[in-house]
Amino acid sequence: MNFDFSEEQSMLRDSVAKYVQDDYDWETRKAVAASEGGMSAKNWQTFAELGWLSVPFDEQYGGFGGGPIDVMVMMEEFGKGLVLEPYLATVVLFGGLLQKGTNDALKEALIPSIIDGSCLGAFAYLERQSRHELSDVLTTVTAEGDDRVINGEKVVVTNATNASQFIVSARASGDQSDKEGLSLFVVPADSDGIELVSYRLMDGQVVANVSFNNVRVSASNAVCAEGDAWNLINNVTQDAILAVSAEALGIMGQLNSKTVEYTKTREQFGVKISIFQALQHRMVETFMAYEQTKSLLYRAVCDFEADKPEKRESLLALKIMIDKAGKLIYSEAIQLHGGMGITDELDIGHYAKRLMMIGTTFGDAMHHLTEFTEARYAN
Amino acid sequence: MDTRFSDEDLAFRDEVRAFFKEEYTQELQDRMKDKTTFKAAVVEWQKKLHAKGWIAPGWPVQYGGTGWTPTQKYIYDSERASAGVRDNVPFGLTMVGPVIYNFATEEQKAQFLPRILGSDDWWCQGYSEPGSGSDLASLKTKAERDGDDYIVNGAKIWTTYAQYADWIFCLVRTSNEGKKQEGISFLLIDMKTPGIKVNPIVSIDNHHSLNEVEFNNVRVPVANRIGEENRGWHIAKSLLEHERTGIAGVADCKRAVTEIKRLASSEINGGKALIDNPNFQSRLADIDIELMALEYTELRVLASLSGGGAPGPESSMLKIKGTEMQQATQTLMMDLAAHYQGVLPADLSPEVLGHSFGSQARQSFMYGRASTIYGGSNEVQKNIIAKAVLGL
Repeated sequence: MNFDFSEEQSMLRDSVAKYVQDDYDWETRKAVAASEGGMSAKNWQTFAELGWLSVPFDEQYGGFGGGPIDVMVMMEEFGKGLVLEPYLATVVLFGGLLQKGTNDALKEALIPSIIDGSCLGAFAYLERQSRHELSDVLTTVTAEGDDRVINGEKVVVTNATNASQFIVSARASGDQSDKEGLSLFVVPADSDGIELVSYRLMDGQVVANVSFNNVRVSASNAVCAEGDAWNLINNVTQDAILAVSAEALGIMGQLNSKTVEYTKTREQFGVKISIFQALQHRMVETFMAYEQTKSLLYRAVCDFEADKPEKRESLLALKIMIDKAGKLIYSEAIQLHGGMGITDELDIGHYAKRLMMIGTTFGDAMHHLTEFTEARYAN
Repeated sequence: MDTRFSDEDLAFRDEVRAFFKEEYTQELQDRMKDKTTFKAAVVEWQKKLHAKGWIAPGWPVQYGGTGWTPTQKYIYDSERASAGVRDNVPFGLTMVGPVIYNFATEEQKAQFLPRILGSDDWWCQGYSEPGSGSDLASLKTKAERDGDDYIVNGAKIWTTYAQYADWIFCLVRTSNEGKKQEGISFLLIDMKTPGIKVNPIVSIDNHHSLNEVEFNNVRVPVANRIGEENRGWHIAKSLLEHERTGIAGVADCKRAVTEIKRLASSEINGGKALIDNPNFQSRLADIDIELMALEYTELRVLASLSGGGAPGPESSMLKIKGTEMQQATQTLMMDLAAHYQGVLPADLSPEVLGHSFGSQARQSFMYGRASTIYGGSNEVQKNIIAKAVLGL
């Protein structure tokens, strides 16, 4: 047993860390956040050149053949820099659905263009009524010969305004929250009948509500067997939970270390406030919350690498901890920075906001606790 | 001990309820939400309360207070909050007002109190400085005598609504002798005086309500000092105790809980309303129980003040628990909003966006982070309780 990264993983981590350090300073990040699409096409091209966009894809499509640990080491570094470019949306979700799906023609057509940076993707899965229930899908798909016609609306779709392709979940049969009867289709963003209403989120993302009005695609755009997409959706969102959790860990580490540093410089009552034991103990609590989160992340990611039967429970525990520890850590970081902590100018609030969004993405603690307690304690 | 309402109390409750229903119109509320009409609408509302005689429940009757019993005050605030009526801007009415009627000369009272009651002057508070937050007594903004004037130089920070203010009340350093608390004076400064510059600060709720206020050779008449020179610290402390009492905000928290219950009934997750989810219920119950307790803690403090006494160090407890509860309700509201909790204001209707309360929840939550920092941070409040109540 060991918790060491392989040489390749260390190199990958160092490569992202160096980029964030040298090329993604706070001013750069602010400019990206203020830009129209909330990302930089130039940065994305750099990601492609550095090979980052190839990491989780099979070698036969030009990928690196990496697993969850490889994605984790990158996402943690992205988190440290609050990187806005849509790695999660394009590579982990859109690319992950293609990679783990069963449509070889789509893989051959799209994965190389994800890897070279020319294809940005988005996964349109949330609906107004769905909250955290991924199978709660009202968007419909009906067959018309070899065509499929999609109707419905997806909301808060990450990277929607930049994406050239969507993967959209739609119901071919069954009731509102049934896990059976779901399909996934690749839909070009410029298809007739697609309408976007975009808006911004507090973490710097530009998102959109995407309406599909009689949007027609070929049946050959199905990402997996029609009506049988639930397992694929579940598998890929599990990968995405690991990825955002790693991002969250990077953010938590930054909030903690920035707070410790601040208390060592801020003087009140003639001393650095770091000497106050009451504050020291609170920073010890946030440090421990960070370490506990890291442990659950490593536990979950190892369970997924090894495909252990208990991996789902590890993942739920992790996501619940991300929400709970996240709330503690950002609250203390803001509080200990005092008035400065509540300014838009300081980075602390921005780290907090991204952590809050991760807390709710793919289900918050309240949501996952139900499944966790049922899985572990139900008779 | 008896906490039942009398017939008079019930009649009073009905009167208050009817007044808010009649006078706090939707049209007025809409103007309060628009930042270009915010100030005028708030002043208009406060003038209505003044005309009704209800603008200053906390003041002694001789200065324009209502003479209400603690029960009436409780009823008034409960009705105000449950009707969604915004609380009065505190800087004049609950901060500098009591300072003036307690410590000022008759001339000063005559000059300022009627205009505070009438909301003719908009006040702001000049306490914190860039280097003086929790350690307020270390403040450095200095006021030097020059004949009948002081010349003020320095900067104040986190000044809420300074952009609207006609007057600012300031703690300034008039002496560097002795303990740092002993060289502080309390000055009232006209915001139109040459040399004052207001710099906006955008806070994490993406709004501008905070400011930095710079003073460059600002000439202030000595006649605008409240109390004796170098004796401003005990005035400042008494003001903070008043401020802390008002900060608990129990009634507004209770309203937030009602709102959360309502919203949680229509938020469906996997076919089940959130209000029926035991995890949610447990979170809400934690808040509910603390609030049930805090409501009575506040009433006990209020009752002890009915003889006209000043709030003591126990007001720190109201501040700590009240702000913790506000943040707990704000956090739960964010969790209710789920993916929509991050929505920034855009000109999108709820129909187009698909959600009605996410952006408002975000703004309240984000600005709410300040509540445990301002008015003396909660850490400082705990120091006060440890020292002044527990004798540690």
